[in-house]
Amino acid sequence: MSIDTAPRMTKEAKTQLGIVDCDIHPMSKTGGEITRFMPQRWREHAAVFGSNIRQGYAGSQPYPRMSPGTARADAWPPGGGPPASDLPFMQAQHLNPNNVDYGILHPLRLGPYDQRNQEFGAAMASAINDWQLEDWIGRDKRLRGSIVVTPDWPEAAVAEIERRAGQAGFVQISWGPQAMEPGGRRRYWPVLEAVAASGLPVGLHIGGQPGRAPTSGGWPSYYFEHHFHTMPAMQSLVTSMIFEGVLERLPALRFVLVESGFGWVPSLAWRMDQHWHRMRAEVPEVKRPPSEYLREHFWFTTQPIEEPEQPQHLRDIIDWIGWDRLLFSSDYPHWDFDDPAYAFKISLSPEEKHRIFRGNASAFYGLD
Amino acid sequence: MDIASYRPVDCDVHIMPPSDMRFLLPYFDAYWHDHMTSRGAEKLALTLTSYPPNAPMTCRADWRAAGPLDVKALGRDALDPYNTRFAICHTLHSAQILYSEDMAAAVCRAMNDWISREYLDKDARLRAAIVVPAQSPELAAEEIERMAADRRFVEVQLLTLNEMPLGRRFYWPIYAAAEKHGLPIGIHAGSTYRHAPTPIGWPSHAVEDYIALSHSFQSQLLNIITEGVFQKFPTLKIVLVEAGFTWLPSFLWRADKGWRGLRRETPWLKESPARIIRDHVRFTLQPANAPPDPAMLERVIEQIDCDDVLLFSSDYPHWHYEANEVIPEGFPKQLLQKLLIDNPLATFTRLADARTQVPEMAQ
Amino acid sequence: MSRHVVAHTDDIPEGGARQVEVKGRRIGVFKVNGEFFALLDKCPHEGASLCRGRLVGLAESDMPGEYSLSREGEMLRCPWHGWEFDIRSGQSYCDPANTKVKQFAVTVEDGATLAKGPYVAETFPVSIEQNYVVVEV
Repeated sequence: MSIDTAPRMTKEAKTQLGIVDCDIHPMSKTGGEITRFMPQRWREHAAVFGSNIRQGYAGSQPYPRMSPGTARADAWPPGGGPPASDLPFMQAQHLNPNNVDYGILHPLRLGPYDQRNQEFGAAMASAINDWQLEDWIGRDKRLRGSIVVTPDWPEAAVAEIERRAGQAGFVQISWGPQAMEPGGRRRYWPVLEAVAASGLPVGLHIGGQPGRAPTSGGWPSYYFEHHFHTMPAMQSLVTSMIFEGVLERLPALRFVLVESGFGWVPSLAWRMDQHWHRMRAEVPEVKRPPSEYLREHFWFTTQPIEEPEQPQHLRDIIDWIGWDRLLFSSDYPHWDFDDPAYAFKISLSPEEKHRIFRGNASAFYGLD
Repeated sequence: MDIASYRPVDCDVHIMPPSDMRFLLPYFDAYWHDHMTSRGAEKLALTLTSYPPNAPMTCRADWRAAGPLDVKALGRDALDPYNTRFAICHTLHSAQILYSEDMAAAVCRAMNDWISREYLDKDARLRAAIVVPAQSPELAAEEIERMAADRRFVEVQLLTLNEMPLGRRFYWPIYAAAEKHGLPIGIHAGSTYRHAPTPIGWPSHAVEDYIALSHSFQSQLLNIITEGVFQKFPTLKIVLVEAGFTWLPSFLWRADKGWRGLRRETPWLKESPARIIRDHVRFTLQPANAPPDPAMLERVIEQIDCDDVLLFSSDYPHWHYEANEVIPEGFPKQLLQKLLIDNPLATFTRLADARTQVPEMAQ
Repeated sequence: MSRHVVAHTDDIPEGGARQVEVKGRRIGVFKVNGEFFALLDKCPHEGASLCRGRLVGLAESDMPGEYSLSREGEMLRCPWHGWEFDIRSGQSYCDPANTKVKQFAVTVEDGATLAKGPYVAETFPVSIEQNYVVVEV
């Protein structure tokens, strides 16, 4: 018998399958890690004026999380710094023991697309993209990045997409659903056209602070509700992309919706179809039932995984969405992290496991 | 599916008022009559953004073609086909959207009196929801007190989207008054447009606004749960009217998942949200938003795992189904008794009120 | 079942935990208000190490807006999703009937008693002057 006081870093992998984790959130230890990639003018601006977003707090969320740093309590690196700011610790705690062959990064810090100073936001986005290349993708061959852009300034977003789309290491373009307007609206068409031209998919990760209440009925009281609001937001985003006819105009577009669950997908499809059928004269650019566009253009990461009261109902939901549409994600280092070994409470066939944990993402991102 | 033999209770039919307020003039007191007419306010075209009057979904084509959507049309086209024993009327009108609390209250009062005279007095099968100004919960509670004496009013009507999420303590005077009188709250699809119709802003199209209502209802329901409305008002029932219901299973799972980890933020939730919803919240049938395959609808209903939550409704005259196909294909036959009669009667306890029973209808 | 010496009583800080391995199982030994508890160090939800969680009080309420705290330090909050487990029973707060963490009996023995045996203590040096945490696995 032994006493072991250190956290156990190794664990028996339940499967030998090398997985793709479609949602990892790298953090910077300091703001300087990111601002070092900015031109002097914006480094100074960051130091003196800092973040200026559409809420009362400049640096914190008005809905405090239920755990520090929104993170798993065990994800704080022993050497210091916030969760997921230390690559060796991330490797030891997550990438290695969980057999992550590819990890897709979604940097969330600082919210460049939320910045009211649009030039600052664009500079921040570009710096974050440089930071991903230098500090993460360049240091661990398994990692892939998301080109962060600021769609509310379409010209800047287009420029950033064109600058980065050819750079090895980036597998998608990323922004949040919470922009100034619903994402399918005309003001974003130049951005979506640039996305389509790049051939890359869009990773829409929950988040954004546009200065609106997180629900259509006003400001909720609790973090519990704020945590949930991501689902109505994504449902609205899907509806917008479809009903603005964007997918007719730009059939090459592919979206992965990140961290908004997937249990809502079938009932949204049924609802969109029923009401499109009746009201289609309003949206002649939507030539086919909405559920067809949903089926052809949208994928969904699995975290936070649905937990039906009767686990076998999860199988219904996935049957109705399609076993080819789900991409495993862990959301490391956040508190609602899904462990690849334990997240699914139904047993998966080897083929199902391969699709969800590797094959679908590999095909979506062109990894293998 | 022939449901006439059940003599169902229809928990959502619409009174379609004219879009301005001239029809309400006889029902204003002297002050408000003078005030409205001196401003010309009674002639304002108050068509609702939520339901453009000529849009296909707002009224089924054959019902529109049959003539004015008055009390006779309601009886003939909504109730007669199903031999409906009671129909609960919702009245969507600008009153609930006005910014001035006092004007909103005055229009609501006039509206409820008009409903009583022009609809409830004219067809004994009709029941109604009390239209209240949520803008001022105190004035709304007063209107509930005033109208509760007429037991043909069986529910309190709110719209889905208001200034604040509906569970907030600000709104509790409404729930206190409703609970006191044994009246369920009916949250009806629609918006006061105090906020964008979606969390991501203002969509371009009315159909997108409408689609968004189902997930707007979800946010509202979660707020009502987390604020502890049912802990404060333990006998209150809430009906989500015209909200859809096929989203319910995944919502229950998601709400419970959150509760298990985040319970400490709202420690008054001693029971799971799914349990609270199955005990206190009901859903009208239409629009069913049913899956294309009837077997999948059966599966969804299995996933809901509670026979008490669904309430029959036609949502007349909104266009959700053809002919008399109001029950979606695949709906389990063994649940029809509950859907059509038992659940509505359990939810709207005033319907059993002997004083307002419908005399046996002569054939 | 056998009894295993896993720590000095002083090795575990008050309100803290130590992760040990006994017979191939990861076990968390917790010290709460001077008492010791041993739970399988694996959350039944998704397998998180409960040792890394936080011991908090029992937050309860009878009515929205009212808050009460009792049993300070006796609820173990999983470091990942925040599920709460009663350190005394291993039961989850939200679903006590169906969800619990396996508990192990734990006692405190003094060195003099341990020196007499029979304890599986080959690799744990025992001094008769000290007190030790003993877990039955």
